[in-house]
Amino acid sequence: MSPSKKARRVAIIDGLRTPFAKSGSAFKNLSTLDLASGVVAELVARSGIDASTVDRVVYGAVIADVSAPNIAREIVLAGPLPDSVDAYSVSRACATSTQSFVEGAQSILLGETDIVIVGGADSLSRPPITYSDRFIDILMEASAARDLSSRVKAFSKTRPRDLAPKPPAIAERSTGKTMGHCAEEMARENGISREAQDEFTVRSHARTLDAWESGIFDSEVMAYPIPPKFTETIVRDTIPRSDTTMEKLATLKPVFDRKYGSVTAANSSPLTDGASALLLMDASVAEALGYEPKAYLRSYAFAALDPNWQLLMGPAFATPLALDKAGMTLDDIDLIDMHEAFAAQVLSNVQAFASDKFAQQRLGRKKAIGEIDDAKFNVYGGSISIGHPFGATGTRQIATMANELDRRGGGTALITQCAAGGLGAAVVLER
Amino acid sequence: MTYTNFRFELSDEGVATVLIDRVDASMNTLGIDLIAELAEVVERLEQDDVKAVVIGSAKRDFLAGADIRMFSGAVTADTAIKGLQAIHAIFDRIEALHLDAGKPVVAAIHGVCLGGGLELALTASSRICSASPRTQLGQPEVQLGLIPAAGGTQRLPALIGLAAGLEMIVGGKPVRSYKAKKLGLVDEVTPPEVLLEVAQKRALAAIGAEAPERGIASKLSSDNLQRLALEKNPAGRRLLFKKAYDVMMKQSGGHYPAPKRAIEAIRIGAEKGRAAGVAAEIRFFAELVLTPETAALQSIFFATQELKSDKGIDSDAEPREISNVAVLGGGLMGGGIAAVSTLKAGKTVRIKEIDDAGVARGLAYVNKVVTRQAKRRRMSSFEVDQILNRVTGSSTWAGFAQTDIIIEAVFEDLDLKHSIIKEVEKVVGENTIFASNTSTLPITAIAEASGRPELVVGMHYFSPVEKMPLLEVITTDATADWVTATAVKLGKEQGKTVIVVNDGTGFYTSRLLGPYLNEAAYLLEEGASVEAIDEAVADWGFPIGPLLLTDEVGIDVGAHVATILHAAFGDRMRGPDMMAGLIKDGRKGRKNGRGFYLYTDGKRGDVDETVYDALGLGPRVRVSEEEIQERMSLVFINEATLCLQEGILRSARDGDIGAVFGLGYPPFRGGPFFTVDQMGADVVVAKLEALEARFGERFAPAQILKDHAETGKSFRK
Repeated sequence: MSPSKKARRVAIIDGLRTPFAKSGSAFKNLSTLDLASGVVAELVARSGIDASTVDRVVYGAVIADVSAPNIAREIVLAGPLPDSVDAYSVSRACATSTQSFVEGAQSILLGETDIVIVGGADSLSRPPITYSDRFIDILMEASAARDLSSRVKAFSKTRPRDLAPKPPAIAERSTGKTMGHCAEEMARENGISREAQDEFTVRSHARTLDAWESGIFDSEVMAYPIPPKFTETIVRDTIPRSDTTMEKLATLKPVFDRKYGSVTAANSSPLTDGASALLLMDASVAEALGYEPKAYLRSYAFAALDPNWQLLMGPAFATPLALDKAGMTLDDIDLIDMHEAFAAQVLSNVQAFASDKFAQQRLGRKKAIGEIDDAKFNVYGGSISIGHPFGATGTRQIATMANELDRRGGGTALITQCAAGGLGAAVVLER
Repeated sequence: MTYTNFRFELSDEGVATVLIDRVDASMNTLGIDLIAELAEVVERLEQDDVKAVVIGSAKRDFLAGADIRMFSGAVTADTAIKGLQAIHAIFDRIEALHLDAGKPVVAAIHGVCLGGGLELALTASSRICSASPRTQLGQPEVQLGLIPAAGGTQRLPALIGLAAGLEMIVGGKPVRSYKAKKLGLVDEVTPPEVLLEVAQKRALAAIGAEAPERGIASKLSSDNLQRLALEKNPAGRRLLFKKAYDVMMKQSGGHYPAPKRAIEAIRIGAEKGRAAGVAAEIRFFAELVLTPETAALQSIFFATQELKSDKGIDSDAEPREISNVAVLGGGLMGGGIAAVSTLKAGKTVRIKEIDDAGVARGLAYVNKVVTRQAKRRRMSSFEVDQILNRVTGSSTWAGFAQTDIIIEAVFEDLDLKHSIIKEVEKVVGENTIFASNTSTLPITAIAEASGRPELVVGMHYFSPVEKMPLLEVITTDATADWVTATAVKLGKEQGKTVIVVNDGTGFYTSRLLGPYLNEAAYLLEEGASVEAIDEAVADWGFPIGPLLLTDEVGIDVGAHVATILHAAFGDRMRGPDMMAGLIKDGRKGRKNGRGFYLYTDGKRGDVDETVYDALGLGPRVRVSEEEIQERMSLVFINEATLCLQEGILRSARDGDIGAVFGLGYPPFRGGPFFTVDQMGADVVVAKLEALEARFGERFAPAQILKDHAETGKSFRK
């Protein structure tokens, strides 16, 4: 704990992620922990930080691995950080790593820590698949059995249908609706056309490819050699496609409402494997160690809304709160980076940002948040084109925006996400 | 009752606990004093109030074996026999405690239990050991040219069977707790904390009980079936002994008398009974203890022990702590250095390569080495993850700022090394050591490009790094002592035996290869066949002959090194010109499947008879084995003594260790300097002078040899 009375300030020193790959492809044999350990080890090596000076790791994953429920601590124990580094894990659906970022930031602001590593990861290639409740009961009974005959007796109750595996649910527990259905509803209610969604998708892919071509991602994406043979090294995201055209997208069938819908596999973010992490420090500590921060935290906010309404409208709820805390309006923001769960969700939020009516009815504010200037918006694409490992997206966005502010030599950036359960997150960075 | 080397305690129930606690020593070893006092302890155990016995240790190891200095030096066959008979008498009395007096004896083993330590444990009625990774049980005597002679050759095979007993005694490799349980060497494996308590309970429970029958599972196990099929009948036994003999001959080349004698002692015991076996093991031991092979092996053992505590410098500079190691180059050498740095030394490692594929190759190599070890050592997947996660790699210079030491293993090209050293110094800290894994380029020449020559040092590893035991650390006049000491310490942490040599072309080990390989080429030119040369040298005791070695190293690499050595040392190190013919013919050795030998699918076959054409040589003539062996060995030995004379070597001891562990010089000959001492310097000089008269200056004896010939001084004593 630093005794300094000087006002504390959260500095983003460095950010890194693995390339993102469609689930079941390049990273299919790697666990969430493998990816997370890989990115943290590389971040530690690249930053040149003395590993024993790291105070804490805050990390998260949405699909928890039962063999490593506190993934943050497992990263420490199996990696280059000494065992003395404190670590805990968080979960906030698609805003999970924004949550780890915020908690790392809070502990720095409180003077509890000086140096923190935060981040998130998910591997959807290997989700934990369980059995039916009935078969779980049978297994528990059998494992508690004291002799062979009662064990046999327990298993004798098994019926074939009990053995059907139960993959993790992707539907909202409260409403029973999947995210895709919610996006579909939002498209309908807000009048977002299939064409508009596809156009946004083409834009995303083009921007991500441009970013790769111009080397924007080189410093924030690590090359990932695939164990155990290491004959293949993934150096780039595998999701952005140069052949993404309106004509091609138009041929795709809607997935969630096959008859009347407009949400397709292409204009949604795909199931993705990947991990990301940030190195945070108190600004004065960074200065003492000779680090030049890429950006600083200005403010953050979370918001929650009724999941029965427009589930994925979180950005429009969280953003005004974060701007208020920053003492800013949307016009003061130079870069806006919104998580792209679905093109329909992004465009619905863009609409809501600009709407006085939305502000009055839903936020209890007189005026709209503001018109989003397309030139500032998702400048290097987003989750549709880069991919969306649930836990990794928040810190992926923060790293890219911090680097962009660093490149521009100043300015402000808003990072925002929607998350399952009707949650929203927003972070304002400055340089 | 109190003893000097033992702790004794008798419980109310009559369980006596004897803990070995050798006075004024950190390690329990069997010395004369300890054995004498053990007799007193046994006398106490024979009294009626003692109903059961537990033997354990008050130190962190059980018993590391006999104090081998007891058997070196002024020992004679007679004193050895008398000493062993005394030990046998006491061990027999311990055994009689349970066999005759019905007092259960339980050995509680934690830590090292080797040689005489295991032989003591074998006298007990039951053995249990701790699950600690420190715990190991074995009869390593053959590695020192001896055999177990305190009953080991008899009691061990009787307990675990002939096949397993032969393997443990003839191979000399210790086993860990779980293997010991599987072999039936111990009856139970416990957590270390409760070991003694469990032993005491076992001893108490066994009072008055019949010796426990082995469970049905072990009776029907495949090991036991083999025992029934082979060991219980004479024909099967013969087969077993023949197999053990063949394996031993294949592994040792028949140069070592100890394993032969070990097999013989076990065979006599199996065929003629315990008493005959015991008499044989004592007789063989007394014979072995005086052989030159045993003296050579023990001299290597002591030298290796000494080097463990040698900081490698003469000042009192302290090594610095290394936590981050960087390796430049992810090939065979770089990958191997990275692997031992994480696996053995526990360092954080970063590999630098020119592209991602190079990085991946390095990581793949580390992964391969670690996975192999993981299987052998029963590591958990968590331990494996930890070891592998310490290694990262990059094709850029990002992440090298915190490196404590950079070890370069790039191509042997001075300009390349110069440009690398300049690049490195731009990205690393002011105190980062730059170590070169060059095998021939002078470190002084490499350091010329450095702004911090005091931080430049040579670390010459041998391939494959994870298997070869030697590290040659090379210092220049400018190298700071703390840098040398740090390189030595890191080498030891990587599991290496480390010698420090002064800079010079080829340092010590590579330089020795120059005249040695040249001599093989001269023999070839004179008409000796490839087989004749390689077989004669292998018969002399080198693991492989010089021409096969050239194929393995790479003919192009060999030629490159030869040019460098010739340039540095002049005509004395000039090889015959015809060798250029091999390069012209596109022969690079094993790596391109064309060399002195034929290769099909990477497997070596016979000598490639077309190689003589490529060399422009005519038909082969017979050159005697003695001639080949004498020329090959003396040219090697002479060069070693020159290295000592010129101050390349710090000591003759280091020269012996370097030759044995780095170049495969026959261990039973103790190293080149040990060989000179055994032959007599005057004899060596006379032979060299005779060869000089025939072949010229390349055999001119070193001045230091002539001096020793005159004064009768020896190198190693």
